[in-house]
Amino acid sequence: MKIVVTVKLVPDTNADKRIDPATKRLVRTGVETVLNPFDEYAIEAALQLKEKLGGDTTVTIFSMAPETGKEIVRKALAMGADDAAMLSDAGLEGSDVWGTAYAMAQALKKVGFDLIVCGTQSTDAITGELPGALAEYLGVPGLTYLRKVDVDGTTVRGERETDNGYQKVVAELPALVSVTKSINEPRYPSLKGIMGAKKKTITTLSLAELALDRPVGSDGAKTEVLDLAAAPVRGKGRMVNASDGADGARIIVEFLREKKLL
Amino acid sequence: MDFELTDEQKAIMSLCREFARDEVAPRAEEYDANAEFPYELVRKMADLGLMGLPFPEEWGGAGADTVSYALAVMEIARADASTAITLAAHVSLGSTPFFLFGTKEQKERYLIPLAQGTMLWGFGLTEPQAGSDAGNTGTRAELRDGTWVINGTKAFITNSGTDITGGTTITAITGKTADGKNEISNIIVPQDAPGFARSRKYKKMGWRASDTRELSFENAAVPEENLLGPRGAGFRQFLTILDGGRISVAALSVGLAMGAYDEALKYAKDRVQFGQPISKFQAIQFKLADMLCEIEHARLMVLKAAWEKDSGRDYVMAASLAKLFSGEVSRRVVNEAVQIHGGYGFMEEYPVSRMYRDQKINEIGEGTNEVQRLVIARLMGL
Repeated sequence: MKIVVTVKLVPDTNADKRIDPATKRLVRTGVETVLNPFDEYAIEAALQLKEKLGGDTTVTIFSMAPETGKEIVRKALAMGADDAAMLSDAGLEGSDVWGTAYAMAQALKKVGFDLIVCGTQSTDAITGELPGALAEYLGVPGLTYLRKVDVDGTTVRGERETDNGYQKVVAELPALVSVTKSINEPRYPSLKGIMGAKKKTITTLSLAELALDRPVGSDGAKTEVLDLAAAPVRGKGRMVNASDGADGARIIVEFLREKKLL
Repeated sequence: MDFELTDEQKAIMSLCREFARDEVAPRAEEYDANAEFPYELVRKMADLGLMGLPFPEEWGGAGADTVSYALAVMEIARADASTAITLAAHVSLGSTPFFLFGTKEQKERYLIPLAQGTMLWGFGLTEPQAGSDAGNTGTRAELRDGTWVINGTKAFITNSGTDITGGTTITAITGKTADGKNEISNIIVPQDAPGFARSRKYKKMGWRASDTRELSFENAAVPEENLLGPRGAGFRQFLTILDGGRISVAALSVGLAMGAYDEALKYAKDRVQFGQPISKFQAIQFKLADMLCEIEHARLMVLKAAWEKDSGRDYVMAASLAKLFSGEVSRRVVNEAVQIHGGYGFMEEYPVSRMYRDQKINEIGEGTNEVQRLVIARLMGL
């Protein structure tokens, strides 16, 4: 079975985010690029499936990113994935979710897959729309927000997180899943993994190699950022003085009841 | 000239940075306060392959280079010096002698578990009466009927008494040379050798979570085959070990300084006085600029020494220069980091206070500042 994990390269999540007022895009230069933290859960989920299924199961990393992102893709390989494919083309710059999902879908058809594993969102744009859009363009079932995933034969099963519980979901392969942070604890790449990653293959695809029938990049974007505004400052919390621990607990319980949280 | 790190070096650095930030830093204060050995962190470092970082894969290592090793020690020290010295002493002092001088059997028996990190090992050179004057070893080993009988005391031996320590390699006088000088040899002493005992852990000002003990040998007996390398080669061997060890201790100093700088910068941006963050005051800005400048300087010296070692050059001078300078830089940087914190820097709940205590040994261990100057002067031919 071939599992493909989609990963995104994002500006370091610990650095301050800056937005260029002219282009209204996130400034990506001068900031260290890292693997999107949400995608580490997807890689871990794929590696655990591979370890469980054994046999000829492979994990391929896929990323739409400039070729300079190879170094970050190698981190995913160092965690234990078998190989990687990148879609790199200057013509993709400025793609919105629609264009990104479309271009990725065409590339993934070329790469081939039985199961695609995505993170739920990226830490830069945070739309959380890509996994759904990708499943749509690929014409495969999309099981999103899974906190558990398992493959049995040609069936993928999972538990889909909802606001007040979870749904048991099932689909036939080929399929796409996205996994949440509660699914696992991603492993660190080991030194052996790091040293071995340079021997693994990273293939690069360009737009010319794909059968595209619509424009992508900024020309093909269906959405446009018109304006930006700073997030409203959160109001100050309520301070209460409790006479002792028990009184404090009583006040907190009362407050939670008031908000219908208890 | 190329300052670009390789992909592997970058990946190892960022792995260690992440590991140090997420696993080491949150526990450092507690381990230090309780003088508790970080077994869990050692196990995790072993799982990652850090404990055998520079040794070839055939001996259980990861096959990385000295630059990667220096970067790893820097990143761990940035979060906690005790964990960093546990790693650095394990690799440079505990394991390296087996790698450089061990027979095939000794490598299989000792180096593989050491590189895999399931066992720790000490290196016993210093004695209560032989510190900088390391050649003046008083410990004696006498060969009697195929057994080395050892008598003497070793002081300040790192990783010598943990629950997973397998033993210590010691220097001892094994006879006289033809010209009447003491013949020094290295002898492998397993933890269970009869007559070999460890003291309780020292109570230390810094590096409190690391395991440091005094070792005593009273007719301690080990088989003749426990000689490491040729008889009489001990002096030359420990000099070689100390040369390489200087790079890792220098990296530790740089890492500690980087950690103190990180804390000072964060504090300066948060701390408001006279209506603005103190980072807006030139007095604080100048301190931070000087700290960064010195760290960069020391870091380049350490990486250059590591690069010289990796490329097979004579790195002895570069390692001594880096060890001396980075030790002194770490003092100036931690001192200013505490100064920027003001009164809070004197409080144990701020990491800079621990870093201040952890720093001093960087100018003493593995050759004092004074001995480094002596080594440098001799290399200059003076």
